[in-house]
Amino acid sequence: MRDGSGFRDGAGAPPQPASGAVSAVEVRGVDKVFETRTGQVQALDAIDLTVAAGEFVSLIGPSGCGKSTLMRLIADLDDPSSGTLTVFGKTARHARLDQEYGIAFQSAGLLPWRTVAGNVALPLELHGAPSAARSARVAELLDMVGLTDFADRYPDQLSGGMQQRVAIARSLAEQPRLLLMDEPFGALDEMTREKMQSDLVRISAETGAAVVFVTHSIPEAVFLSDRVVVMSPRPGRIREIVPMRLGADAKRAARTDELREERAFFDMVTAVREALHGGAPVGTGPRGMETR
Amino acid sequence: MLIWEAYKLLGPADGVVLGTTRILPRTTDLAMPHVWDMIGRLGEPVTRSPSAQPLWGVVALAALTTLGIAAAGWLVGVVVGIGLALVMQRWRLAEWGLLPWIVISQTVPLIAFAPVVKSWGSRVEIGSFEWQDWMSVALIASYLAFFPIAIGALKGLQSPDRIHEELMQSYAAGYWTTLVKLRFPASVPYLLPALRLGAANAVIGAVVAEVSTGLQGGIGRILIQFAGQASGDPSKAWAPIFGAIVLGLVAAGSIALLGVMLRNYRRTEEAV
Repeated sequence: MRDGSGFRDGAGAPPQPASGAVSAVEVRGVDKVFETRTGQVQALDAIDLTVAAGEFVSLIGPSGCGKSTLMRLIADLDDPSSGTLTVFGKTARHARLDQEYGIAFQSAGLLPWRTVAGNVALPLELHGAPSAARSARVAELLDMVGLTDFADRYPDQLSGGMQQRVAIARSLAEQPRLLLMDEPFGALDEMTREKMQSDLVRISAETGAAVVFVTHSIPEAVFLSDRVVVMSPRPGRIREIVPMRLGADAKRAARTDELREERAFFDMVTAVREALHGGAPVGTGPRGMETR
Repeated sequence: MLIWEAYKLLGPADGVVLGTTRILPRTTDLAMPHVWDMIGRLGEPVTRSPSAQPLWGVVALAALTTLGIAAAGWLVGVVVGIGLALVMQRWRLAEWGLLPWIVISQTVPLIAFAPVVKSWGSRVEIGSFEWQDWMSVALIASYLAFFPIAIGALKGLQSPDRIHEELMQSYAAGYWTTLVKLRFPASVPYLLPALRLGAANAVIGAVVAEVSTGLQGGIGRILIQFAGQASGDPSKAWAPIFGAIVLGLVAAGSIALLGVMLRNYRRTEEAV
């Protein structure tokens, strides 16, 4: 399949919420061209994608496939060259100004001069939340990510995993209906990573937020997602959208570490891997991919 | 201090002369008084008149005067320096346009324009406000102080990571919010050394400006005055030099104190 247009009504259609609410993200025919000194680079080509409210969607693909660029367009950190993009029915810019999404990057990006609590409180502070409500919300969030005892520490006193958890708590501060995450666990070791994935599954189930999750790791995408969007590079296109049976059948909260050892999990990993190679059965992951 | 005394003890009285050039100074009491003489002299009265104050008191008073002027100059330098940095950070074009001029400004010799500033100053009179001579000195001190502060503040304001800037953007934070919550705190590690350099420059500028504008009461004035009396009282000429050194230390020390107060802003993100 050349692009994702067929998935709107195809096998990979998102599970529609009963309320019929607007979808979290609607991407229609989006192109992104970067002007560089050596000419134009087509980063994204004719992208169509719908993310339903409350749905967990991963973007996966080799380096240069534009998955981070797509996420940045949704976040309104960049503008699409053509096509339309809406977030909860609003323009991306409007959605950003309304704080419809929370965002987390590969590095935690905490402000080093603020304590853990101060970092989590930052978005609330910027939007003028009253001080009492702010500290109550911060306590709640720190409890959710299990860092209550570290509220008064500074980022340099935390491990990488803890910093990333603070960043996730911060992204959840405004109770967004959409979470954008750009390889948030990419710099973590395997053990921490699995722990964080389980935490994220739990948190996203608790908050009911839709998630757009950019990753390099196939098992990570499979474990977390309702659907996995497989992208190919130069120009960046959606090659295939693989629905995760794990997501369709089971509730997200039911995803535990046991899932990682089930047969269905490995079948899904294989499905995604084959999609990355354009359908051909393969033994190893493509270049630039991590198979952990 | 040990080197001073050791050389005085061992070196030849007429210094070391190579050809016609004296490469090491004379070691007579006139050229190099003993350290203890210099310190002892501080406790004695300035002149032989019975009402004279002790030398250290005169030097301390002069040093305080100069410190006050230098501090005023430093404050003006901070305001101007940070102001310029803000303009340059906000508009790339301003950085291209301003930065070369800021650099060139520092190549003008201080001695050359100090009298000019003084003569301009003497013509300023706005209502009941009258330009004082010390203000000329403070202005010259600020001229030297603003440069490192402008450069350091610009670097600091530009220092936040892209990820932090985008984070602020994702929070829909405007320019001023980003400035207060992100850019100023992030610039502290760059600003502190710049402020220290600025303070040292302000002190030097104040002393030199006092000398070249002939302002009374500061340490620059007594430096010249006592140096003139050195042939009769060699240890006395060293007292203002000590005073100037202490002045510099006090200026640098206050910035160090500021650094201690702002220590949380000097943390880095990486785990230790």
